[in-house]
Amino acid sequence: MFNKYDIDWNDPRFKVANREARIGVILVLFNFIWWYGFAYGLGSKPVEEYSYIFGLPAWFFYSCVLGFVVMVILVSIVVTFLLKEVPFEDEERSDK
Amino acid sequence: MNNPVIISLSIFIAVIFIIGFWSAKHVNRKNSSFLEEYFLGSRELGGFILAMTMVATYGSASSFIGGPGAAYTQGLGWVLLAMTQVATGYFVLLILGKKFAIMARKYNAITLIDFFKARYDSKPVVLLSAVSIIIFLFSAMAAQWVGGAYLIESITGLSYTAALFIFAVAVLLYVIIGGFRAVVFTDTIQGVVMFFGTLIILIGTIIAGGGISNIMSDLIAENPNLVTPYGHDGGLTPLYVSSFWILVGVGVIALPQVAVRAMSYRDSRGMHRALIVGTIVVGFIMLGMHLIGVFARPILPGIEVADHVMPLITLQVLPPWLAGIVLAAPLAAIMSTVDSLLLLVSSAVVKDVYLNYVKPDATQKRIKQVSFGVTTVLGILVFAFALSPPELLITLNLFAFGGLEAAFIWPLIFGLYWKKGNKHGALASMIVGVSSYVVIHHFWTHIYGMHSVVLPVVFSFIAYIVFTLLTDHYTVDESNLSG
Repeated sequence: MFNKYDIDWNDPRFKVANREARIGVILVLFNFIWWYGFAYGLGSKPVEEYSYIFGLPAWFFYSCVLGFVVMVILVSIVVTFLLKEVPFEDEERSDK
Repeated sequence: MNNPVIISLSIFIAVIFIIGFWSAKHVNRKNSSFLEEYFLGSRELGGFILAMTMVATYGSASSFIGGPGAAYTQGLGWVLLAMTQVATGYFVLLILGKKFAIMARKYNAITLIDFFKARYDSKPVVLLSAVSIIIFLFSAMAAQWVGGAYLIESITGLSYTAALFIFAVAVLLYVIIGGFRAVVFTDTIQGVVMFFGTLIILIGTIIAGGGISNIMSDLIAENPNLVTPYGHDGGLTPLYVSSFWILVGVGVIALPQVAVRAMSYRDSRGMHRALIVGTIVVGFIMLGMHLIGVFARPILPGIEVADHVMPLITLQVLPPWLAGIVLAAPLAAIMSTVDSLLLLVSSAVVKDVYLNYVKPDATQKRIKQVSFGVTTVLGILVFAFALSPPELLITLNLFAFGGLEAAFIWPLIFGLYWKKGNKHGALASMIVGVSSYVVIHHFWTHIYGMHSVVLPVVFSFIAYIVFTLLTDHYTVDESNLSG
């Protein structure tokens, strides 16, 4: 029953997939730390001591605006340099 | 209410119909694999379309109506919370990514449940998943219809029933005729409308408020808490806000309407492109929409019903003809979410229950009739529900996301990445996840200051591992015996 569908767990394409999933986890952890660090690091001061960048409070600018830009850049770098293209189809199921 | 608004909305709906009819032709041409085409568009999506359909499906009424409304009330703290959703742009595709695409093709899976069926080969797992999808998504969908009807009502001035009727007819005709391909193509148009709509309203709002610095000092003058990360009354604790990383950030991979899109793309090039486009579009829309909510506060103070903030600020800051086009954005968001949910619930009924257990040998023609029939009946049922929306429905909608995540996240992730993971683990994980979620949500909504989805996700994680390891020996024996 287990072998009704032949999944070869050592398929070399899965190595690529596993690596990319790990990259995803690293990205999300980085994103979280950046987001949390700037928001609560700078945002917990009294409001009178806030500094402002482009009119927005600094904590918000760094955490949400710059954080978003940084993530877009990181994702672009990951996609360009770290992800590998692999075929999805198997030989037996070429065209249905 | 005013004509230019109504005219541009009508044009928008007409464009949607034309696309629906165009892709209907596609369905008829590809008769041989009707199921794969109707529910999955033959796995041919390119990168840009994939990104847009994910954004449009995910960005529902909550991000366009409820979200800005909450930001209006809470201030910048709510925008911070909303930005946890940037992660969905890349996380879903990187985690499910290639593995899911390859395995789904091997299994010939068209729905998330197909995947579970092939991976775990267990009737209880399949039926439990189908029931969760039907119940949770049906409620989520009904609540979206209510949102769509309210929006049409507030723009056109029609009665609620008439607005709901227009909305229902548009959505139903469209989904029944076009299937998945039609849905993703309009998702793309709607995604673009949402993107530029957000940009235009944001600029309009900033100008109307006299610049960002001006808006900020108005907010501080009213209540300094509005510009802190802690919400208008200091109630948004770091722990509570962080727990949204689970609910609307990483947990989103387990939502069937999102996961199904991760098996619909053509090749890895498309997926790579979708990663970048998706991150940009999700992040921009979330940031923009919620900032609009905050910025609207000094311009239109004292709005009682938070859900009215978006339509009111748009009509306030933009000339009427432009407001009409831009208000198509939230309507677009709601429609595309509803389309996908409707398609998904009907696929759960037709494919997962009917084809698996009622009539496995049904002919292509019969499947087609049943698919159209079920989609129609579901649509009419939702309409009936939405006609007099029960309070419970709104609660169920919020509830549905957490429930689906608690049920599916570990069976999906371990199913993909842990060879040993088995049906006992999956079943235990689903039962523990859903039941602990129901109990916690009902009795201790803010347990230890976190959102109620957090602990059930932890419990179902433990349940999956424990039950898989406990039954590991037995499963190996069984598979040796049979083969």
